[in-house]
Amino acid sequence: MDEHKIEKHTIAVLVDNEPGVLARVIGLFSGRGYNIESLTVAEVNNADHLSRITLVTSGTRMIIEQIKAQLSRLVPVHRVHDLTDEGPSVERELALVKVAGTGDKRIEALRLADIFKATVLDATLTSFVFELTGTTAQVDDFVGLMGQLGLVEASRTGVVAMSKGATGF
Amino acid sequence: MSEQKLTGAQIIIKALKDQGVDTIFGYPGGAVLPIYDALFQQNDLRHILVRHEQAAVHAAEGYARSTGKVGCVLVTSGPGATNAVTGLLDALCDSIPIVCLSGQVPTHLIGNDAFQEADTTGITRPCTKHNYLVKDVNSLARTLHEAFYVARSGRPGPVLIDVPKDVQFADGVYVPPAEVKHKTYRPQVKPEIARIEEAVELIANAKRPIFYTGGGVINAGPFAAKLLTQFVKATGFPITSTLMGLGAFPASDSQWLGMLGMHGTYEANLAMYNCDVMINIGARFDDRVTGKLSEFAPGSKKIHVDIDPSSINKTVEVDIPIVGDCGAVLEDMLRIWKARAKRPDQAALKSWWGQIEGWRARNCLNYNRTESVIKPQYALERLREALRGKDHYVTTEVGQHQMWAAQFLPFDQPNRWMTSGGLGTMGYGLPAAIGAQIAHPDAIVVDVSGEASFLMNMQEIGTAVQYRAPVKIFILNNQYMGMVRQWQELLHGSRFSQSYSEALPDFVKLAEAWGCVGLRATTVAEVDDVIAKMLAVTDRPCIVDIAVDPKENCFPMIPGGKAHNEILLGPEDKPSDATPEDGMVLV
Repeated sequence: MDEHKIEKHTIAVLVDNEPGVLARVIGLFSGRGYNIESLTVAEVNNADHLSRITLVTSGTRMIIEQIKAQLSRLVPVHRVHDLTDEGPSVERELALVKVAGTGDKRIEALRLADIFKATVLDATLTSFVFELTGTTAQVDDFVGLMGQLGLVEASRTGVVAMSKGATGF
Repeated sequence: MSEQKLTGAQIIIKALKDQGVDTIFGYPGGAVLPIYDALFQQNDLRHILVRHEQAAVHAAEGYARSTGKVGCVLVTSGPGATNAVTGLLDALCDSIPIVCLSGQVPTHLIGNDAFQEADTTGITRPCTKHNYLVKDVNSLARTLHEAFYVARSGRPGPVLIDVPKDVQFADGVYVPPAEVKHKTYRPQVKPEIARIEEAVELIANAKRPIFYTGGGVINAGPFAAKLLTQFVKATGFPITSTLMGLGAFPASDSQWLGMLGMHGTYEANLAMYNCDVMINIGARFDDRVTGKLSEFAPGSKKIHVDIDPSSINKTVEVDIPIVGDCGAVLEDMLRIWKARAKRPDQAALKSWWGQIEGWRARNCLNYNRTESVIKPQYALERLREALRGKDHYVTTEVGQHQMWAAQFLPFDQPNRWMTSGGLGTMGYGLPAAIGAQIAHPDAIVVDVSGEASFLMNMQEIGTAVQYRAPVKIFILNNQYMGMVRQWQELLHGSRFSQSYSEALPDFVKLAEAWGCVGLRATTVAEVDDVIAKMLAVTDRPCIVDIAVDPKENCFPMIPGGKAHNEILLGPEDKPSDATPEDGMVLV
């Protein structure tokens, strides 16, 4: 295996939802010079105040291992799972995409939205806001196509991910 | 459990006492007045008033390092907390258990840019192992107990608790330590036995082995040091240690090769370079130790014992990683070693020792013994002889004198040597010496210092005088920031930019101004007399100004970016080629 090969990993982290916990995670990445390609966080267990962070990062094998070790070392971190390493997982991202235009471009945008199974959240005579859920690549494709059809803005959640099968986090 | 209400300040005092704290180093201010008021009304907790908050943390480090207990600090908000930051990071880098309490502006003013407000948890987040802002008085006791647990467990480190002033006044419920269990933090202490067995197998088949040990052994306690000594003796292998690990194995033993690394001994570094099995126990492959990574102990199999999983494979990939407390690991290793019949190849070991003795014969710490000027190494040799057999502790500042102290002062026990290794904080030694002296009032505590480092925290002489801490400040005065000067000489064409100690005070008069004893040696003949007089002072601090050779450089030295076998032994040694550019940028 090439030790210099850059790998992309999706890592799920279960943390106590307490003040500063996100700052600790982000500070770890900036302080140690690791990449964050995407990071999402929200509380997933209200009773126990647990939040789940999903982050996509890249680095050599040694760096990825180091990232996981450093994350595990943070005191409010319960568990760290490397979904890329630990078998098959599903990943999804949600995007809101605003497109403005009239005539053929407007019709084409709507047709593409249908193909991508995007739904219309808002429509005016000159614009749409689409909601699209898919893999990062699908969202990239959709936003790319809309670029030629009057894209105004896009807002993306970043990746959330989960392992396949019956076992949980 | 008592439901009796206490104020936040009283809860803090009670929690500290229940955690076994007897001494706290601090400096008062507006945001901690309720805590100081509660301190005033009790007699169990002794408060040591420092002169600057940075020194409070260093003193607590000296206290912690010399006792094995958690060091405790109390500072006010804003500048009190920011002044403590250097100390906190120092403790983080060297894995010293510290609990630091800081005052904060009242909760309703947080975020308003109030007087002496700082985002203390924000500022100290990367400088502590963990930190807390306590907004509810009822979680104060729990947080304090958690803080002590986090500070001392796993890889120890500093923990800060920021307490707003209104929380110190508010009434709340106290919970004792026994009722607090941490939700998430469970460091792995016991190692996997399978890994230990693998390691023992590798050790038993080694032909050119070496033990490379570090501060982790010291942190694991005196018992771990004892086990290490037993294991090393049982194997007959050579042992070297990092700066932080000195004293875990007795320096007087023939298996001891001295410190390794940038200013380590020739025999230790060459043995590391040529070894076939490296047994790293509680060290972290620091860049001062490894030198050029691609040529670090090439061809060796490596065992790495560390309680912190993030230390494993961080810079150096190892063959057998073992996560666990050094004491627990050594206990298992020794047991499994004793149980197995096969012993290492004695002929190979003998030939390995023959090679090592050859390197040792180079006598790498030798220096030009002259009568015309006091060599810093000579002063330390004389100090070593004077301290021999006496109950003593040594702290240092940072620079050439620190490396010479590590080379020339032998330690046969752990917890006797305190130095700023990871962060390299000039000004560490004096407050750390005060902390060690407070913990060991009858022992001799010497701060081996340089004149530049001493100036960084010399205000703490006042603290030492106030508490009659008879610390000895042994200044190797070369009138330069010696290590800066050395690097400028070797790497920057002898352009001594800003490294001359201009406008120095008269250290003898300075001592006298504080009511201390001041002594000076300017000739070789005076050194012994001055050291004897210094050791005779037992009721107040003593500042000793040793005028040493300003041009002396610290050798051996592995220049930045070079491998262990490119070590320079003295001024006559020239680097094999000009220091490469990637080496120049290294600090």
